[in-house]
Amino acid sequence: MSFMKSILGGAAALALGAGAALADPAIIFDLGGKFDKSFNEAAFTGAQRWADETGGSFREIELQNEAQREQALRRFAEAGSNPIVMAGFAFADALGKVAPDYPDTKFAVIDVNWLSMPNVRGIGFNEHEGSYLVGMMAAQASESGVVGFVGGMDIPLIRRFGCGYAQGVKAVNPNATVIANMTGTTPAAWNDPVKGSELTKAQISQGADVVFAAAGGTGVGVLQTAADEGILSIGVDSNQNYLHSGKVLTSMLKRVDIAVYEAFTAGNNLETGNFMGAVGFAMDEHNASLVTADMQAKVEAAEAAIAGGSLSVHNYTDDETCPAVSF
Amino acid sequence: MDVMPKWADVVLVPLFSLVLAAFLSALLILAIGESPGEALKLMVEGTLLRSAGWGYMLYYTTNFIFTGLAVSIAFHASLFNIGGEGQAMMGGLGVSLVCLFIPWPHWSLAIVGASVGAAVFGMIWAGLPAYLQAKRGSHIVITTIMFNFIAAGILNFFLVGALKPKGSMDPATANFPASTHLPTFEDMAQLLGFEKMFRSAPANVSFFIALLACVVVWYLIWRSPLGYEIRALGKSGPAARYAGVGSVKIIMITMMISGALCGLMAVNTTQGESERLILNFTEGAGFIGIAVALMGRSHPVGVFLAALLFGFLYQGGAELALWTKIPREMIIVIQALVILFTGALTLMVRAPLEQLFFAIRRG
Repeated sequence: MSFMKSILGGAAALALGAGAALADPAIIFDLGGKFDKSFNEAAFTGAQRWADETGGSFREIELQNEAQREQALRRFAEAGSNPIVMAGFAFADALGKVAPDYPDTKFAVIDVNWLSMPNVRGIGFNEHEGSYLVGMMAAQASESGVVGFVGGMDIPLIRRFGCGYAQGVKAVNPNATVIANMTGTTPAAWNDPVKGSELTKAQISQGADVVFAAAGGTGVGVLQTAADEGILSIGVDSNQNYLHSGKVLTSMLKRVDIAVYEAFTAGNNLETGNFMGAVGFAMDEHNASLVTADMQAKVEAAEAAIAGGSLSVHNYTDDETCPAVSF
Repeated sequence: MDVMPKWADVVLVPLFSLVLAAFLSALLILAIGESPGEALKLMVEGTLLRSAGWGYMLYYTTNFIFTGLAVSIAFHASLFNIGGEGQAMMGGLGVSLVCLFIPWPHWSLAIVGASVGAAVFGMIWAGLPAYLQAKRGSHIVITTIMFNFIAAGILNFFLVGALKPKGSMDPATANFPASTHLPTFEDMAQLLGFEKMFRSAPANVSFFIALLACVVVWYLIWRSPLGYEIRALGKSGPAARYAGVGSVKIIMITMMISGALCGLMAVNTTQGESERLILNFTEGAGFIGIAVALMGRSHPVGVFLAALLFGFLYQGGAELALWTKIPREMIIVIQALVILFTGALTLMVRAPLEQLFFAIRRG
């Protein structure tokens, strides 16, 4: 009897605890894990920045298997977390099922901009445009006229990166060669630095002297090998220039951190609908010696032209073809 | 040396192993600065005191029953099938082909078709290594684990190619038509008038197929001539051959049954849960099946209980990940400790227990 009592007491305490945590935001990281130095980590950085600035706290979970997507969404929603942010397009399916059941909870999902639900904010990114900019940077820094691209998992999204990059390269040097490799075709390709390193070595042996990694955690191996072998590399998603100071040419920024930060800051007033997040390239003290004022001016001019609409970059996912490179 | 009475071997040894594993896990959780009592409370509350928790636990349990039975039936013939992952993947392919390309009028027919598809694909995938073992002597452990990689490659080939809807990012098939969706425990509870039971939990009717499989396997192993031949071959190959048991035939049949059981797991995960074929739907259940079979002493009842335990650990692990700061790697370590103690270290636990037992009996 007393055993039963203590169990029920415990359940009641849990229920009360859940009530007290009302309106704390929550974030769900994808299977890659939150410290991938790239996509998920950018999301974590945004959440942490919010926590540091406001002194608030947030719930978080790194998923272990597919069945947990829906479960985590529902449990956080039931516990009163609001808004709930998801990092990754793989949540689209689960969110489509869950969101209508919790009309009072706001959801924000990164890399998904095709759901239209009254309580969902979709945040897409023009990765091809950011990649175009770093592609221009790569072509200007390259002496051999051969540049490399290492993608993570071979999905249309990553081809969009690669295609934008190749267009940027060709815009500066029409005779340049772009070598594009994908790490794999499974989610394991997001976290395989050893394979990333091998691909980089293979590209170096084909003459590449700048390599762009759009591969999540795999990119850590690409950047490491590039630094070891004395060529330049380009990071992705987060600013990765600091990883090998003076050896990373720049990073293609996909401001997932800003998207998460803004969602957390907006709280329950989160504006729903589909939005585009910011992309760009990273300049800081770690790559100042690598980028000349002339290079930077050219890339900034292109950035302005894209923003102004006078320059359009072909988006691979529009028609699944790429004029500049074949995968 | 004397042996312990059977009940002590069956009940005390696993129980003692569990206590040891729990104790070590508690130390680990203490070491990273969380409270083990709190963690246990979360696991129990999130799993056993909520109907949705049960729904998730039984969903995982269903997978583990299938793979556990598959491994144990192979154990009876002294075959070590570690290809459960691959056989389940191929089973998933079978399920999705059946569900996508045949217009089923009702789920009750679809589940039969999907089960046959899953079983046949799993059977073929286990049959190839079995043939190599029986005819060529290629060791089954090596070939089955290699076949896991081949299966992953084949699944991948279809999911990034022919079966993927155009323009989709996910390596996954299109959603199965609604008429193939299996009733979940939530649907069944609603039929019985309980509105809020098992809310959106993935457990579904394939749990009952798993229970049925337990009974069938029990009958097959202990009550049928085929089961007798399987066990005879497992105990002593030469003796069985001398008695007229065809070892090639028995190896083939045993492995194919084993593969079929692994394949059936995909009915639960693919048709029951995700309602489309996704890349990593097996979630390691093929390997957990080995631990389940070891802990369950290759007996269907034991397999069922062990599968429940692992279902509890999986769902409890999810609760820990949701509400504490315990990193997911640590949760895997805790699950691994249970596997280590219940599976690999039974002998270490059994010997001292046996001595203790006889000391008490003598004294």
